[in-house]
Amino acid sequence: MSAALLVDGINCSYGDVQVLHGLSIEIRSGEVHCLLGRNGAGKTTALRAIMGLVRVRSGKITKDGMELTGLPAHEVPKTGIGYVPQGRRLFTELTVLENLQIGLMTRGKGQTTTDEVLQLFPVLRERLKQRSGTLSGGEQQMLAMARALCLEPDILLLDEPTEGLQPSMIARLREAILALRDRGVSTLLVEQRVDAALSVADRVSFIENGRNRETVDVALLRDDRTLVHRYVGV
Amino acid sequence: MAFGPYLLLASLEGLVTAAVLALMALGLSLVFGVMRVVNVAHGEFYMLGAVIAWWSASLISGHPALGFLLALVVSPLIVAAIALLSDRLVLRRLNYEPQATIVATIGLLYIIQQLALTFYGPDARPVQAPFDMRLALPWFGYSAYKLAIIAASIFLIIATWIGLTRTKAGLVMRATQSDPDTAQAFGIPVDRVYAVVFALGAGMAALAAVLIVPIQQAHYLMGQDPLLLSFVVVIIGGLGSLRGTVVAALFIGLSDGIISMFFSPTLAKMLATLLVALVLVFRPQGLFGTAAR
Ligand SMILES: Nc1ncnc2c1ncn2[C@@H]1O[C@H](COP(=O)(O)OP(=O)(O)OP(=O)(O)O)[C@@H](O)[C@H]1O
Ligand SMILES: [Mg+2]
Repeated sequence: MSAALLVDGINCSYGDVQVLHGLSIEIRSGEVHCLLGRNGAGKTTALRAIMGLVRVRSGKITKDGMELTGLPAHEVPKTGIGYVPQGRRLFTELTVLENLQIGLMTRGKGQTTTDEVLQLFPVLRERLKQRSGTLSGGEQQMLAMARALCLEPDILLLDEPTEGLQPSMIARLREAILALRDRGVSTLLVEQRVDAALSVADRVSFIENGRNRETVDVALLRDDRTLVHRYVGV
Repeated sequence: MAFGPYLLLASLEGLVTAAVLALMALGLSLVFGVMRVVNVAHGEFYMLGAVIAWWSASLISGHPALGFLLALVVSPLIVAAIALLSDRLVLRRLNYEPQATIVATIGLLYIIQQLALTFYGPDARPVQAPFDMRLALPWFGYSAYKLAIIAASIFLIIATWIGLTRTKAGLVMRATQSDPDTAQAFGIPVDRVYAVVFALGAGMAALAAVLIVPIQQAHYLMGQDPLLLSFVVVIIGGLGSLRGTVVAALFIGLSDGIISMFFSPTLAKMLATLLVALVLVFRPQGLFGTAAR
């Protein structure tokens, strides 16, 4: 299988503090790849680096062979990367519909895309005119996911998308991710709930202090939790 | 004159002040709201608008309306272009860092002012009003042009509101205002949005100046008072709130007109200052602003 997204030895810092040390991740086309690590390990920073929101000092990131590092941040999503940031980061003053419109505009998608996305999250359809900041936490999380799907991405970056969701919604999200995988979408998933992660992932990468540790098939972790204990501590 | 007509006259004068002030403050508030920077040079864009209006009107002889119309088109465009250039050359390089931007725009204020003094000179020069008509009210005659200023301002404010809430460009601006990082993650070229907003804000100040210059004359120091009043309006109305800006401008303009006429201009300024102080103490986000997250 070929790499849909290749993060190749990137170094990133905030000011003088280096956070990512030669981090590499290979996301194969059509897989759900989970990134696990403790708080502060650098998972969010890695996703932000892919989106061009954190400067990559050295190393490079390529999507289908095309180099993303060096692109201005606003060009990155246009290559087909949908991003669900940690803590949702909705445009809170905008309505639900307007949030979706921003997603649609990224790659010039229209009504058919909207309909598909709303079919996945019917709760949002009843609240299109509501200011997104007033949605419940779970609804906000769904909107963040819906907004990212409005790009019709071929790569999804999800940063703790299950935060604040009830079990039935987590199951729903899992189905959505798997359905997208069947359509060939590759997903990089950052997740704190190990069980939620293991139930959708194909492969898992562990990250510790901004450095790569093992990358393994998920089957390996289902029976043997030593790696999970070592890097996530549960 | 009896009290009623007096009050009417004072209100009309106040409305003219409010109309121009609202436009100018709207520009400041837009920049402040979307870019989170304070543009101290906003008053100089207003002054430039008036000076360029005088210059472009003087190019054309014949009916005064022709010169005025030319000024109405040319002046905001040139001022917007100058603002765009300032954005590219200065603000962008500072990464729109709030404190650095304040200092930089103070520098810009000084440069623009000195350039105007050098090339335009210290004189006050008028632009002729596009029409010279007096409306005969039962108690006094009133300049039809002043009423036209009020109408033009209302039109422009409504256009701005529609632009911000009903168009794609407005949506992009509001998304940028809400969360610039996430806006980039959805393909919005934030630094281009900033450049456009900065130019738009300056253009609005210039437009306000073109409207006022037939009744006030162009002068290289004319930007100072309106800048202060615009800050007053933005503080009272609330950061980035269009409704707040309009309401506060109306309030400041009307009270200035009425109190100045019945009591004294100094009292009007004192009351405005007191109001700012009260707002800052009891509702720092402004009357219509939302508290910072
Ligand atoms: N804007 C910033 N400025 C300075 N340091 C930062 C900034 N953002 C993150 N960091 C630091 O970088 C490190 C990695 O942060 P990051 O958010 O990537 O962690 P994470 O793996 O996503 O953690 P979590 O599981 O808690 O979300 C942390 O030590 C954090 O304090
Ligand atoms: Mg994180």
